Amino acid sequence: MINLEIPKKFKPLATQANQVATEVFRPISRKYDEAEHAYPKELDMLASLIDGMNEGSDMGGAGAAGVRRSANGSDPAENRNGSNLSTVLGVIELCWGDVGLLLSMPRQGLGNSAIASVATDEQLERYGGKWAAMAITEPEAGSDSAAIRTTAELDGDEYVLNGEKIFVTSGDRADLIVVWATLDRSKGRAAIKSFIVERDNPGLKLDRLEHKLGIRASDTANFTLQDCRVPKEALLGDPEVKEKGFAGVMETFDNTRPLVAAMAVGVTRAALEETRRRLASAGVEIDYDTPALSQPAAAARFLEMEADYEAAWLLTLQAAWMADNSKPNSLQASMAKAKAGRTCVDVTLGCVELCGAVGLGESELLEKWARDAKILDIFEGTQQIQLLIVARQLLGKNSSELR
Amino acid sequence: MGIGLRGLNWLAGSDLLDRIRIRKGVERALFQGTKGGFRTATAAGRTFEAAQSLGKPARQPRSKSKGLFDVTPDDEQAMFQEAGRAFAADQVRPAAKAADDERKTPPEILAQATELGVAMLGVPAELGGVMEGGAATTAALIGEALAHGDMGIAYAALAPSAVATAIGLWGSAEQEATYLPAFTGEDVPAAALAILEPRPLFDPLKLETKAKRDGADWVLDGAKSLIARASECELFLVAADAEGVGPALFVVESKAKGLSIEDEPAMGLRPAATGRLILEGARVPATAILGEGKRADYVECLNRARIAWASLSVGTAQAVLDYVIPYVNDRKAFGEPISNRQGVAFTVSDIGIESSGMRLATYRAAARADQGVDFAREAAIARRLCAQKGMKIGSDGVQLLGGHGFVKEHPVERWYRDLRSAGVMEGALLV
Repeated sequence: MINLEIPKKFKPLATQANQVATEVFRPISRKYDEAEHAYPKELDMLASLIDGMNEGSDMGGAGAAGVRRSANGSDPAENRNGSNLSTVLGVIELCWGDVGLLLSMPRQGLGNSAIASVATDEQLERYGGKWAAMAITEPEAGSDSAAIRTTAELDGDEYVLNGEKIFVTSGDRADLIVVWATLDRSKGRAAIKSFIVERDNPGLKLDRLEHKLGIRASDTANFTLQDCRVPKEALLGDPEVKEKGFAGVMETFDNTRPLVAAMAVGVTRAALEETRRRLASAGVEIDYDTPALSQPAAAARFLEMEADYEAAWLLTLQAAWMADNSKPNSLQASMAKAKAGRTCVDVTLGCVELCGAVGLGESELLEKWARDAKILDIFEGTQQIQLLIVARQLLGKNSSELR
Repeated sequence: MGIGLRGLNWLAGSDLLDRIRIRKGVERALFQGTKGGFRTATAAGRTFEAAQSLGKPARQPRSKSKGLFDVTPDDEQAMFQEAGRAFAADQVRPAAKAADDERKTPPEILAQATELGVAMLGVPAELGGVMEGGAATTAALIGEALAHGDMGIAYAALAPSAVATAIGLWGSAEQEATYLPAFTGEDVPAAALAILEPRPLFDPLKLETKAKRDGADWVLDGAKSLIARASECELFLVAADAEGVGPALFVVESKAKGLSIEDEPAMGLRPAATGRLILEGARVPATAILGEGKRADYVECLNRARIAWASLSVGTAQAVLDYVIPYVNDRKAFGEPISNRQGVAFTVSDIGIESSGMRLATYRAAARADQGVDFAREAAIARRLCAQKGMKIGSDGVQLLGGHGFVKEHPVERWYRDLRSAGVMEGALLV
């Protein structure tokens, strides 16, 4: 039966996450926006708390509980609301608090997501409980992740990694870096694998930390890998070079894109709620019964933004729900990411405009949200990459036909 | 008008005009003389008599949600959806072009829609209908399915159900007993939920149609726009600003004195043969006010209508998507399918993304209505998305076909006109 409300059983989780966002994130939000590269030590205690939450149930916590599709014998006709949905709901609430701080949460990195999603049981045991960042992008390969140049050569029982990685979220603070590298550059995407590199590996050299437009609480590191040796067992997933292997790596994104969409949804809601309050104090109330065009222009604009927010929110929940129900969701995950990413940018900027100097000033968080928003339409696949994925699926095209 | 329609028809059919080469001039003169529209009488209409009243009005039961997020319809809804889709594909779409050209939905299509049971959805089971817990969602799914065939035909077919649904939701026991049995048989009367008025920035909470008390009666004056099959309607629910009450709905039978119909052709929804209802001192009894005339009921009615139009927009938006995909894949330019170009492909992506968002927002609003929780916000949002994104989809549909989209060989220009219309309509349909 169609019901697009937050499931009853996840309401306590959402409330809890909202409390964390309100009590922990919001009070230090501006502090770490200003103190870029300072480690938000307040998060350590919180991270332990969230580990406990993840341990306790199938309720996903802050985002990196992993998105393994269980192949258990549950009735496929039965509607499931599981960890994908609960994780998305948690991420929305936490990012309503502060998206930069969520990205800085120990042990909640995208690397953790990748490990949780594709690691073998031994790898899970070996790397469990550690904080893992994800290193894909290179100076010459951004969206085109099949073009990466970092190489991995098998030498006895070890792989030797060489190359350069940029834009590694939490790269300085994490315990592990999941590095994408190619086993054979002549074999294209099929040869691309991910490797778990310990942060203290002597072959992994931190070049610098970036100064950014937004999410300044989160560190963004650039590395050089120079004869960086990792054990053979550090290769995540299947070591065979075959086309499907890369598809497997890319499938990780089907699972993480709804999470990034959820981040965008959370930031968008924060801006809308604040703006609604500001407009009310300026004498503009949003009236849902009266046609938008019969209301003040600010109210009509707000309604428009809220409508985009709602679409983004629903698309995000749908993508997660499909994962919970083992339905292929690559199309819906990219739709959610595309819609949520652009909506977040449009709405946060629109809110700054509506609130004028109050929106622009650093005494409020509106301007910060508008700066934080932009990355959400870029990482985990830019707007344009999402549109490509959606188009290929809708039109039945492969990546050589529609480039 | 000094010239009657019969006379005009004779004139149009005669060779005289052609023989003396004055047809163009006469036609232009006629156009000038009739811009205000011909007025004809409303339909004669049947006699609605109260069957045995239930004593207290039958009402729609709440849907019993398990409290889980779910995008799939339940079995009954899926059945209606499937039937609606099959009917739309087999009957509605093939008839759409002619219906648009002729401004008429074939009677056999209306009869088949009745067979589908669309009018019974809003009638409580106690009165022979099938109104169930999930009725709003079911109606939205049917609206979407039929509008995938054609929005104008969907409007023509579903308009009477709006009246049945409104009476089923808010009517008194007496009104239910009087009017609802007619909607459960084969011969469902044409009927209209008449709210929209012909003026810019129309606000359905500030009506220019007035209902004044006169003794025990109400006397209505005003005009209602874009009514489906207006000249055939036997029953109207007319929104009027009632003296001492505020905006409310009145049950007005077509044979009431003081009613007339003007033809009102519009940019879209042409198969619904839209017309304008003029009320000039139309007198109805005190009991004609729907239910208790509560403002909350009226506002709920507005919001349910917005969900209904949103559902039609979703169906037509999906029709655009389904049509442009094979077109841009087949159409070649510069030596390859135009869909190999990002400018084209990304437009298709956006149609997919925004139509999915519209659909989910519409479903959410409808499901909330079924659950008996407030849905004003969700209805307003569904409407905003459908008015704005729906129109963009209509425009992109034509754009992707270029000049071919602009000509009537392809349906995209019709969808362009219909998607504009859906964002303007108030009332007229209900979920």
